[in-house]
Amino acid sequence: MNTANRLAPYMFMAPAAVIMGLCLLYPLGYMIYGSFLDWNPSQSIGEADFVGFKNYINLFFDPAFRESLGVTLTFAVSVVIAELVIGVGLALLLDRNIRGMSLLRTLFILPMMIAPVVVGLMWRYMYHPTVGTFNRFLKSIGLEGVDWLGQNALLSVIIADIWQWTPFIFILSLAALQSLPRSALEAARIDGATNWQQIVYIKIPLMMPVLIVTALLRLIDAFKVLEVILVMTEGGPGLSTEIVALRISRTATEFRELGTAAAMSNYLLILLLLLTVAMFAFTRFQDARAARLARQVQEEG
Amino acid sequence: MQYQRQNPAFFALLVALIFMAVGPIVLMFANSFKLDVDIIGGTTGLLFLPTIQNYETALCDVLWYEPEHLDFCALKFGGAFVNSLIIALVSTLLTLVIGTMAAYALVRFRFFGRDTVSLTTLTVRMVPPAVLLVPVFGLWNNEFCIDKATYVGGWIRDTFGGRGDVCLAGTHSGIILIYVAMNLPFVIWILQSFIVQVPRSLEESARVDGAGPFQVFFKIVLPLIKPGLAAAAIFTFRIAWNEYLLASALSDRNTKTVPILIVNNMSEFNVEWGVIMATGMLLAIPPIIFTLFASRQIITGMTAGAVKG
Repeated sequence: MNTANRLAPYMFMAPAAVIMGLCLLYPLGYMIYGSFLDWNPSQSIGEADFVGFKNYINLFFDPAFRESLGVTLTFAVSVVIAELVIGVGLALLLDRNIRGMSLLRTLFILPMMIAPVVVGLMWRYMYHPTVGTFNRFLKSIGLEGVDWLGQNALLSVIIADIWQWTPFIFILSLAALQSLPRSALEAARIDGATNWQQIVYIKIPLMMPVLIVTALLRLIDAFKVLEVILVMTEGGPGLSTEIVALRISRTATEFRELGTAAAMSNYLLILLLLLTVAMFAFTRFQDARAARLARQVQEEG
Repeated sequence: MQYQRQNPAFFALLVALIFMAVGPIVLMFANSFKLDVDIIGGTTGLLFLPTIQNYETALCDVLWYEPEHLDFCALKFGGAFVNSLIIALVSTLLTLVIGTMAAYALVRFRFFGRDTVSLTTLTVRMVPPAVLLVPVFGLWNNEFCIDKATYVGGWIRDTFGGRGDVCLAGTHSGIILIYVAMNLPFVIWILQSFIVQVPRSLEESARVDGAGPFQVFFKIVLPLIKPGLAAAAIFTFRIAWNEYLLASALSDRNTKTVPILIVNNMSEFNVEWGVIMATGMLLAIPPIIFTLFASRQIITGMTAGAVKG
């Protein structure tokens, strides 16, 4: 009985540990090793030549890779900023006691649940130069059609992502808003604060911790976007929408340079690791501050 | 509960928002019932003769009759749909069972290595599928294999046919395995926040009555965290059902999933909009149904994941 109890945690942990070790950590190690090799898909990893940091250095000076890194950063940052502004704005606006709020939320999460492939498909149709909804609408009111997926490809891709993911931020900030301490808002109202003052001086500062975590989560996810862009533009025209994830997959399958693709994956991984560490550091900092404040209150009381 | 009165502009805004959120989906739904002539010809709006011809084309390999407009069944959608279903359901089930056990161990036991495991779980959550593409492709094709000369490998080759070593790539299990691994960190993370809320006294009293750790887990803890399990199940299913990149690297002709089929048909020069929209709609229907019936669980899961992080 006693040994059973002592072994229990390991038995509960074992399946997850084995699977994650074998299918996540081992592949990651394999990739890091592979990134130092001149390696193509017809070789097994043992046959490939060791080239040291060559892949990393080549990539660092490769204008195409730099461009796709730039596209990725532009995409991720502008998507997160736009979604934050719209999502939080909507949450502030819709934080009211209205009939049918749950139905509204249900409809809002639909875009997130649908396959990225399908989202890409829908928007590719709507952006179509002649058949598409947008250009047809523009022409019907007498305006010129816009070359959505040609000259404005990156913008079009960003709009599609905003459509899909703003609800995520909206729902999280609505939840944060509704769990704000009523007493603070009440006090402000009694002191005669206008709606606008309440938002700027009370609601937004109190929501800040949740907003920062949400934004970081969304930023990490924005680096993972691949299918929507693949279906809409396939990275084109030129390299204008070729995000790093897409470039990795093309380098591996079309150019058949696994070593380079692995090095690219590593760059992306390091970037995301930094973001994740930033998120942890921030939540730890928040917890520490909350604990300190609580202790202060206790000591004074 | 008292509802506040709102002014008309507010409702106009609500209607506009709903239109924006749902509009594209409705548009795709409508278009999937149109002939290509109607889609391209410009009969906008809802004035058209609905036809199920697109769905017949898409599902031609599982229909019990032969659609009149087709000479040849090129799009094997039915098979891909079954593949997707098998892969998504099995990997959701496995992830849930394994993930709940791990989350329980992390919350309730103090054991050697606990902090390392917990930190690793949190960090690998951010690994994008694209990063796993190269190593998983290499490993599944070359290393995670059973040699055909061994007893088991020989038996598999004799039973199922084929040449070469028996590898994970190209099988359902290969795709399921990577999906389980990819989803585990998230599921463990979300379930931890639900398990913490189960009162310890409940477990202790069961233990006093003579229940072992496994009995406590299955009889006391599992029933209490049902909402968390539902949320985790939906998120896992969503990823396994929608994923494209890794599935496309690991599947062969017989294990293709629906997203692969759609992408392959998109990149053809001449897009048949009607058919492709019908396939897209079929892929979108299961998640839409989930959302309509379990939106509360989805929202709980989302807020638990982000706010309590």
